[in-house]
Amino acid sequence: MKTGIAGSVSSHDCLITVRPHDRLEIIIESLVYAQFGKQIESVINETLHALGIQTLFVHVNDRGALDYAIKARLITAIKRLEEDDA
Amino acid sequence: MRRSLLFIPADSPAMMQNADVFDADAIIFDLEDAVLPAEKDAALSLLDQYLQAYPLSATEIMVRINPLDSPYAERDLKQVVSDQIDTIVLPKADVNALKRLDAILAKLETSTGMTKTIKVIALIETPSAVLDAPSIAQAPRVDGLLLGGEDLATSLEVERTSQGMEILLARSLLVLAAKAKGIDAIDTPYVNSRDLDGLGHDARGAKGLGMNAKSCIHPNQVETVNLCFSPTASEIAYAQKIIALKETHGKGVFAVDGKMVDAPVLKRAERLLQKARHWNLVKP
Repeated sequence: MKTGIAGSVSSHDCLITVRPHDRLEIIIESLVYAQFGKQIESVINETLHALGIQTLFVHVNDRGALDYAIKARLITAIKRLEEDDA
Repeated sequence: MRRSLLFIPADSPAMMQNADVFDADAIIFDLEDAVLPAEKDAALSLLDQYLQAYPLSATEIMVRINPLDSPYAERDLKQVVSDQIDTIVLPKADVNALKRLDAILAKLETSTGMTKTIKVIALIETPSAVLDAPSIAQAPRVDGLLLGGEDLATSLEVERTSQGMEILLARSLLVLAAKAKGIDAIDTPYVNSRDLDGLGHDARGAKGLGMNAKSCIHPNQVETVNLCFSPTASEIAYAQKIIALKETHGKGVFAVDGKMVDAPVLKRAERLLQKARHWNLVKP
């Protein structure tokens, strides 16, 4: 199955995996999920909305990434998926 | 004015988000050697998002792009050139590449409606660039020459040593080329980040040749480099004494502590006090 992966599991980073899906599904693993899970989901949703993407499987392995890093990793993962598709 | 320029890999969120606490005069976000080819796209996206999220107004923001003849450079420039950055650091610089860079930057500045003009620091890291340093310094936008000692040593087929004799001539030529244009001469980094005594020795040697700043590869080097390239308390006191006596004497030549003071000495004293004031080492 085609996937796009970006980021790392280093501290302050996140590893994001995306693949085509028939709906939008976001799975978040984070040590700080209780405090920041909703915020991470919100960044993912806003970024996908800005990119005009409505269906995608997104898996986030978060290691304390700030919003800018989550957004950047998601954009790169999606670009890599598109390049893989091309 | 610069004393310390700290390289931060553009693929490291942990270091990037602390960039403004390291006390460096300039941060060089590195898209070149610090980033593996397979991660160039990710680093560029990370840097782009970081710069949009965290405008750093108190620190000079530089980006080391990939060499202009690489497949990455134009993409780097298109993505990062904005009012959020001040300076591009060009690796493997030569006169032709600097002219091309100037044209690309001018086009981007116009098309994006930028309010500032991006400066350029030329990385001098090949034997031909060392020999051509005077022309490189005169190229458009160049306001600093930065010696890349490791790449140069590779080309010279020599090992880098703590004494640095193998790059002595290159350091001196770079200083002369930079100072002939009145721009910064920036020294190569000291690569052993655990040896702060060695760093201090290396930095003082470079300062003695005329370098006025040094690049750093680890945040723990910044304090030592800043200290080395800042005027000392005794230098500031002596310069203040010279300026005070100049006003008392009202002459072009006079003596301070038995030493002759004339126009060049006065100029050095004024320049030193200007730096001291800039770095808050003396009251304005």
